[in-house]
Amino acid sequence: MAAITSSSFGHYSHAIVRGIPASLPAAALRIENQGEVNLENARREHAVYVETLKKLGLHVHELAADEQFPDCVFVEDAAVVVGGTALITRPGAPSRRKEVEVVKSVLEDLHLNVVEMQDESATLDGGDVLFTGKEIFVGMSKRTNQRGAEILADTFKDYAVSKIPVTDRLHLKTICGAAGPNVIVIGTGEAPQKVLKTMQQMSDYRYEKLTVPDDVAANCIYFNIPGKGNVLIHCAQEEFPESAKVFQKLKDYTLIPVPNSELAKVDGGLTCLSILINKSTEI
Amino acid sequence: MTTEGDTGVEVQKETEKSDEQPASPSHQQSPQSTSSSLENREERADSSGDQHQDTEAQSPPQGGGSPAGTPPSSKSSPSSDKKERNPSGGKGISRFLPSWRKKQRSQSQTSEEDAGKEEPAPVKEEETTADKDQNVKLEEEVVKSEEPKEEVDKQEKHSVSGSEAQPAREDGKEEKSDEKATDIKEDKVDSDEKIEPEEAKRETKEVQTVHTRMEKSPKKTPKKVKTVPCRVVLLDGTEYPCEIEKRSKGQVLFDKVCAHLNLLEKDYFGLTYRDSTDQKNWLDLIKDIKKQIRNYPWQFAFNVKFYPPDPSQLTEDITRYLLCLQLRQDIASGRLPCSFVTHALLGSYTLQAELGDYSADDQRLESISEFQFAPNQTKELEDKIMELHKTHRGLTPAMADSQFLENAKKLSMYGVDLHHAKDSEAVDIMLGVCANGLLIYKDRLRINRFAWPKILKISYKRSNFYIKIRPGETEHFESTIGFKLPSHRAAKRLWKVCVEHHTFFRLLSPEQPPKAKFLTLGSKFRYSGRTQAQTRQASTLIDRPAPYFERTSSKRISRSLDGPPELSAADEDLIRDSTFDQPVSVNEVKPSASEPVLRDEKRSEELLSQPPELELHKETKSLPIYQLSPSLTALNHTLNLPTIPEMDTLSDISDEDPFLHGDLEQTALQHWEFSTDEHHINNMPGVLNMSVIPLTSFVPAVSLTKQSASTVGASQSTVVQSIKEIKLTFSLSGFFRCFPSKFPSVLDEDGYISFPSLPEEWLAFLPPHLQHHIPITSPSLIPSFLLIFVLLLSASQSVPFSLVMSFPLALSLCYLEPKSGSLSIICDSDRKDKAQEEEVLEEQGDVVTAAAAESNTAETKEEEHSRQEKDFDKIQEDALKHQASISELKRSFMESTPAPRPNEWEKRLNQPLSQQTHGNIADQAEETTTGSADNIVKISDENQKPEVKKKAEDLPLETVVNVETEGMPKLIPGGEKEVKQLAPQGEVCGRKDSTSSSDSSNESEGEEGGEYHTQTKLAENTIKEEEENEDMTQNEEPGKSPRTDTIQGTRAILVNSENVLNKELVFQNEVQEKMEDLMDKQVKKTEQHQKEEHPQVNGVMLHHETDDSIHIIQYTEPPVVKTEMVTISDASQKNEIATKEVPILHTETKTITYEAAETDGGGDNEPAMLLSAQTITSESISTTTTTHITKTVKGGISETRIEKRIVITGDADIDHDEALAQAIKEAKEQHPDMSVTRVVVHKETELTEEGED
Repeated sequence: MAAITSSSFGHYSHAIVRGIPASLPAAALRIENQGEVNLENARREHAVYVETLKKLGLHVHELAADEQFPDCVFVEDAAVVVGGTALITRPGAPSRRKEVEVVKSVLEDLHLNVVEMQDESATLDGGDVLFTGKEIFVGMSKRTNQRGAEILADTFKDYAVSKIPVTDRLHLKTICGAAGPNVIVIGTGEAPQKVLKTMQQMSDYRYEKLTVPDDVAANCIYFNIPGKGNVLIHCAQEEFPESAKVFQKLKDYTLIPVPNSELAKVDGGLTCLSILINKSTEI
Repeated sequence: MTTEGDTGVEVQKETEKSDEQPASPSHQQSPQSTSSSLENREERADSSGDQHQDTEAQSPPQGGGSPAGTPPSSKSSPSSDKKERNPSGGKGISRFLPSWRKKQRSQSQTSEEDAGKEEPAPVKEEETTADKDQNVKLEEEVVKSEEPKEEVDKQEKHSVSGSEAQPAREDGKEEKSDEKATDIKEDKVDSDEKIEPEEAKRETKEVQTVHTRMEKSPKKTPKKVKTVPCRVVLLDGTEYPCEIEKRSKGQVLFDKVCAHLNLLEKDYFGLTYRDSTDQKNWLDLIKDIKKQIRNYPWQFAFNVKFYPPDPSQLTEDITRYLLCLQLRQDIASGRLPCSFVTHALLGSYTLQAELGDYSADDQRLESISEFQFAPNQTKELEDKIMELHKTHRGLTPAMADSQFLENAKKLSMYGVDLHHAKDSEAVDIMLGVCANGLLIYKDRLRINRFAWPKILKISYKRSNFYIKIRPGETEHFESTIGFKLPSHRAAKRLWKVCVEHHTFFRLLSPEQPPKAKFLTLGSKFRYSGRTQAQTRQASTLIDRPAPYFERTSSKRISRSLDGPPELSAADEDLIRDSTFDQPVSVNEVKPSASEPVLRDEKRSEELLSQPPELELHKETKSLPIYQLSPSLTALNHTLNLPTIPEMDTLSDISDEDPFLHGDLEQTALQHWEFSTDEHHINNMPGVLNMSVIPLTSFVPAVSLTKQSASTVGASQSTVVQSIKEIKLTFSLSGFFRCFPSKFPSVLDEDGYISFPSLPEEWLAFLPPHLQHHIPITSPSLIPSFLLIFVLLLSASQSVPFSLVMSFPLALSLCYLEPKSGSLSIICDSDRKDKAQEEEVLEEQGDVVTAAAAESNTAETKEEEHSRQEKDFDKIQEDALKHQASISELKRSFMESTPAPRPNEWEKRLNQPLSQQTHGNIADQAEETTTGSADNIVKISDENQKPEVKKKAEDLPLETVVNVETEGMPKLIPGGEKEVKQLAPQGEVCGRKDSTSSSDSSNESEGEEGGEYHTQTKLAENTIKEEEENEDMTQNEEPGKSPRTDTIQGTRAILVNSENVLNKELVFQNEVQEKMEDLMDKQVKKTEQHQKEEHPQVNGVMLHHETDDSIHIIQYTEPPVVKTEMVTISDASQKNEIATKEVPILHTETKTITYEAAETDGGGDNEPAMLLSAQTITSESISTTTTTHITKTVKGGISETRIEKRIVITGDADIDHDEALAQAIKEAKEQHPDMSVTRVVVHKETELTEEGED
């Protein structure tokens, strides 16, 4: 119920993930070439990720990869789920538009209030939507436009939806994350800092900020698991040792480093790999 | 002439009747009770207004003498309507002036000397005729005797309105009777003369009606109370009917409603009403209701005004309950959007609170669908709600409400007051005002947010709303963001909401320095109630058992089959258009039985036509803009103030005007409003200081000023002071307020005339490259065009010529006006534009340095125009040649500046300005003289560009302007002539030369106008208001010789417009040269005018001395007669001088004055305090109506004086008498509780034989 209550932030009962298509290393979209993706390793890392979710007690819907959609593993972009409402997005990359169909059917099966973007001019990637538990920031990136943001805002009426300009990065959540109801993780780079400033200006709330030296490492997933308290899935120490240390400053957290070295090469973050749904607290 | 005799008789009869009738109620009191106690008098005074109204209402039954119930006005109306048709000039008019003393003067050509002589004449007459009138006056005297001893104004009171208190001073009686006799006598003469010139093609009539109203003195409560039925729609949808005294402040009604609701924590709530455009407005609790709500019936809605961010901190359940009701309304109407889930959750709490625990009762299930939980309610939602309802078992209603609020408060739009607007790119956005600041939405998407600490200043100008943003860590400059609101009213509404929210949520207490506290209450532009902090503190003291209250079912607001409950209709409307406006059910309330329908209508008309007086000044807001307290995060080199830095303005007032603290509520309020402007101005220094000096606590503005002086430099502070002074002067001048009731639609809330601007589409008619340069869509365009057209038409008598000329002139006029928001920004100077938008001086240093640069830009700009307008320049220069004599000039200036004990006013004005000027102007020898001129010039410039800052910068420009102005008269000789005729009483200006007059006008304009404009940011209104200012100044402050010269209202209009035009047009010469020219002109002017001025000056001087120290300027009304005389003579001269191009009009002028009682002349020794002054001008092609409204306080009684000047221009086919009668009638209707004390008809006829070019 308490769709509005921040206390429910991090409560998830279900997750949707999708496999990695073989076409990903070659065809997945990327901003710049960061090296060849090793499909094997990528799938291995992904398996760890899924396993982690399951260990946290979530019902994980594993969707099969679709070779037509090299980027389909990044299910996050296909839908925004907050509370009992799911907004099926219209991804900014035309090649990904059809990824949403499967996701949509799953969400409908979960009896969420599914909203679709009807507007042909709107684009929105789920990766641009940062939900802090109290409000929503939507990054205005290359993948998300004004109209998409407006629809997002109109869909989640309970929350303030503030637009945040994002430059040089794929998504808003590429460079920031929510590590708790009042904690925002942000990179030290120029772009993230700019984003942070904007968010501070736009927000009615006060957040603690956790600054990590590696911008990309800011992407993390917060859970509030009954019986376990604060749980944070974040970057692995091997990839971002300095940033991983920073996460250790968080008190009373269960920290779960999850490797994501391969998919990061195609701009994939930890959050990109799943859609998290809270069914239990939903009315 | 026989008819005249009749007329005279009639008039007398009427007078007697009217006297008797109203007087009768008061007869019981002995006529000899002159010595009666103060109390008695006061009572009288208090109730006079009400009584008058009562009398009016009752009169029909009493019926006897006067056909219509309304004593002064209606008397004339029914019977006189017929008579009005009577072609002969004098008769018709005289009928409408029942008991007045009538003075008639007709002069074909009056010379200046005549004008000078005129003054003494009336006095003589009065003396000689002294005894004759006694009989007639008996009745009146009875009434009078009870009256408090009031000065000038009261004397003028119309005897007709017997119920109205006649001045009852022992000494006054005699004088009165004397005058009366004179009246009668003159009456006859009057009519004779009137008939004379009928061949006239053009006639100008001036009607001056002076209403005096005694307002409540604070101590007294009127015996008879006029009540008005009110209906207040409560949050549960019920309607609370009550009777409220008509003159009540909003607080009275609000308290009544709160008492009815048993609500103690009432600071979160307020009353709303719908204005004529159906927009929701908050009732200002400290102002008269009747001044705010203009339409009957009085229909209000009780609403939450400030949504507490944490409702759990509310003390009482009943408060929370009411908040819940409001939120349910908000949600159901769609104003507070929320998701399906939230709708369900909140709905379930609503059910729990209203129905208690869930029970599987069929009947109840049925009833759930009668609740309205959401704008679009579905069965699914209802099911969900029921499902959730089951989970709330055991919650008490109070607990359910709390839960409801806990969830509702998290909604992002909770407590956000949305306003439609457009951003700088004309994109539709919404501005949301909330507890934390200002939110900007595009659709639902939040695209920006400005927390209160981030905002330095909030202002609005016309329909533009500006916020000035504190510089962030990265930026070094403050930025101003402008938004375009749908209308001026909308902008003002938004501004007020911002001010209130900021004060309520961000400040610990409203700015209320002890002295100013009283004033604070009076300011409409400040939140006067308790802040959240205060109300929380106060509510901790609430010590009562939780009051029992009945929770009414929200089904009330639901769609029931039985027909829509009261609110539902409105709600549905809201839902339909999905705006965020709050639903208000507008139910027709029939006029109460006590008040006949007719009466009602009249009243409403009156309300419509009667703009709140203070509002005019309020427009100034641009200046007053808040200083917001620094944010913790933002750089604060400026202020360390914890919370309350912004409202320094208030303190200023208190310091300046100790009077205000005094007793009179109403007075104080009015004064306050008026003085607010001053504050703003004063504030400017304060603001400056604030940026420079860290203040640990709030300092009264005055002190701020001082500080600034010390820190920034004496010159700056002086400037500010001078500005202040100017304001005062300006305020002195009488102002008007009443508008013909025909114009309500163009009147905005403040009584401004709002003209529609041409649609943006019109831009399409222009070549694209011109679109940004030609202000065709400027809101000022139409009024400017009309004004210029009328002037040209009257001058040239040629419609085509006027049409052709007026459009480009109007355009160029608009071009000069401050650009704002979406309006095109002219290429040349960003800086200038920016400056215009900013109203408060922020960095003094900039001013000086920037001056040079600014002037350059300005000149460049102007040069463009000058090319077009070279012709005009030449003409002007010619005119200048006519005049000269440096010695004269010096004299005039010397008088103003170095005089041993000059008015403070002058002192400040001149000195500071001159100081500033020094830097810019090389010629030091002439500094003194120049300085004053410069000052004036600057100020006038400011009028057009509100920012005070710019004065220094604009100096060069301004000078030029003055010079140019002279030329204008030639262009529009006819216009000037008329203007002169219109010249109000009291103004002694000699208008020998068009040039000279224009000069003087420029000067005076400069003095007052600058501030005025600063205050008033509305360009549309500016021109007209300026005139008024000039008038006033002259009247009050004849002492300042050169500027004082007097500018008549009408003429002022002309001049003003000319100024603007000139500005645009001419800028070729160098500044210094122009200065010299200016001086020359002044010399001439001085010469000519000095003689005339003297009498006035004497009268006025007394007051000056008395009041100077206090900064309060007394208002003396100069004798009426003089002015007119002067006017006439000038016209002819002017024309001759003017130009060959312009047709010379030979005119014959006649002046007729009707006075109810004696004029105050200079004899008024008792100082009156000017509380407020207001000027309103309306124009149509054939008529110009100028209204001055002045409020003064004398001896604890406040008086409102309204002078209405109507200029009718036109051919003989217009029935002037009828028009005059109509005007008088209207005036009476609009102000039934006032009496008409004087009517001056000034007729200027153009002689056919003389011919024109």
